[in-house]
Amino acid sequence: MNTKELIIEKIKEKFSESVEEISDFRDDLSITIKKDQIVNLGKFLKEDSDLQFIMCKDVTAIDWATRKKRFTTVYHIYSFKLNYTLRLKSNIDDDPPTIETVTSIWQSANWYERETWDMYGIKFLNHPDLRRMYMPEGFEYHPLKKDFPVLGIPGSLPLPNKAD
Amino acid sequence: MDRIKQIYNDEKLLKKLQEDQNLTIEDVLENEMVINMGPQHPATHGVLRLVLRLDGETVVGIVPELGYLHRGYEKMAENMSFIEFIPHTDRLDYLATMCNNVGYVLAVEKLAGIETPKRAQYIRMIVAELSRIAAHLIAIGTFAMDVGAVTMVMWTFREREKVNSIFDRIAGARFTTSYTRIGGVASDIDDQSIAEIAKFLTELEPALVEMDKLMLSNRIFIDRLEGIGILPKEDAIALGVTGPNLRASGVEYDVRRAKPYLFYNEIDFKIPTFTQGDCLARYFQRGDEVRESVKILRQCLDKIPQGEVIANNPKKVLPHKTKIYSKMEELIHDFMIINFGINPPVGDTYFSVENPKGELGFYIVSNGSGQPWKLKIHSPSFCNLQAVSQLCKGAMVSDVVAIIGSLDPVMGEADK
Repeated sequence: MNTKELIIEKIKEKFSESVEEISDFRDDLSITIKKDQIVNLGKFLKEDSDLQFIMCKDVTAIDWATRKKRFTTVYHIYSFKLNYTLRLKSNIDDDPPTIETVTSIWQSANWYERETWDMYGIKFLNHPDLRRMYMPEGFEYHPLKKDFPVLGIPGSLPLPNKAD
Repeated sequence: MDRIKQIYNDEKLLKKLQEDQNLTIEDVLENEMVINMGPQHPATHGVLRLVLRLDGETVVGIVPELGYLHRGYEKMAENMSFIEFIPHTDRLDYLATMCNNVGYVLAVEKLAGIETPKRAQYIRMIVAELSRIAAHLIAIGTFAMDVGAVTMVMWTFREREKVNSIFDRIAGARFTTSYTRIGGVASDIDDQSIAEIAKFLTELEPALVEMDKLMLSNRIFIDRLEGIGILPKEDAIALGVTGPNLRASGVEYDVRRAKPYLFYNEIDFKIPTFTQGDCLARYFQRGDEVRESVKILRQCLDKIPQGEVIANNPKKVLPHKTKIYSKMEELIHDFMIINFGINPPVGDTYFSVENPKGELGFYIVSNGSGQPWKLKIHSPSFCNLQAVSQLCKGAMVSDVVAIIGSLDPVMGEADK
């Protein structure tokens, strides 16, 4: 049994009704799971002795702009044991978008989730320190949303006063 | 003057100034002090800002603040074609431009399913390893300078200068190379470039020995680094640290070996690791990696095959400029690719390469158009910086500089 089959089988065994989609594009395995199960799935993948996805490489989101479930959060996790990078996805349909944090499972998700909050405005519930990562505090917008213009919004960032 | 006037006009501030009459020596000893370090500080390698809480000279807490170099590359990428983004990858980790170029085009090629000729892949390997050597040399040099050994930075810059000259010959630019193209590289390398690289390698080896002699017979240097900023294996993994910093903590993880790209599976090289995980181990780690890169480069120069340097895939790969002016087909394809892009299939891929700083990954979502729907840069410096607050807790103020130097962040990459 190869790695992908093992992962799929293990997940299906435990989360059969929560898995929404399993896709395999260009040899990247990607699993979409219901929003409320993401923490349980993460915990399972990390603690299962055959899988051991102990490293979270990345957390980000996709803004689909026109879809009903507008945002999708994307997690890349890595297992040293299997030498495999797995992608987890979770569609968010509520407005304003919220999802449970995975910081309790992977400590490194702390900054990644802060960045995602900064860029997409997705609130990570129970996050220990959900501040903006790049944009200044007090900035009202979330720049990577598709409705934010590339040139920026005039007046959104205060400019220094003109010298007298 | 204006500032003083301002203070005297500010009632609140003035009141505070007048009230605070009884400052004693004990105040310093009893109270914690909060100080600001950066963003403009030579030891923070760019515009990193740290806020430190000090008890005497011991760091009680530290908060890194990023974003001073945030240029919004992910947003810009969504509004330009895949080819247009190549020059922007130079500006991520600006000390290892070639590595970024290679990583980005490989990610796009994976998404679009483009096969690249073997010679082009070997050239990419050569330039990426040269870039790695240059970046590690700077890392070592500036690190040594941060802890007070100023000679080192001159010596490493001298060697790095040779790499820049080689890049000048290969790519036409010393620093912002933008050398790779989707489907290959911009131009072939000639025999003289290969001879120059070989010459550089023979000169580098004695120079490395010299540098080690300089640093390791230096008692102050060793004392300042040994046992400082220890990052245990488990914490390194939990904090998402990659690259030399992870390997210095004893995890043998290198993308070149874990998931070989280009032709690293044909090359024989070791992955150096250390177990101590302190600043000194991270210094040794980079030195050893430079030596491994020299080995890889030697093998690449021996094995590089003859052939094309750009794929023959007219719908996806830009034709050469000289052909556009003389051939109709090429003109049409050039027009289509420039105006409508290469249109990779709908889907999303993650591709990562081993950069000098760690694992650089590109997560690209395509909706079938010429521009990426989303392009996420997983930058190693950003991940490595997350370890700063844990490493600095309980350290001395002067160790903070050493720890940041040993983690070797590049803010162009961390801030994207």
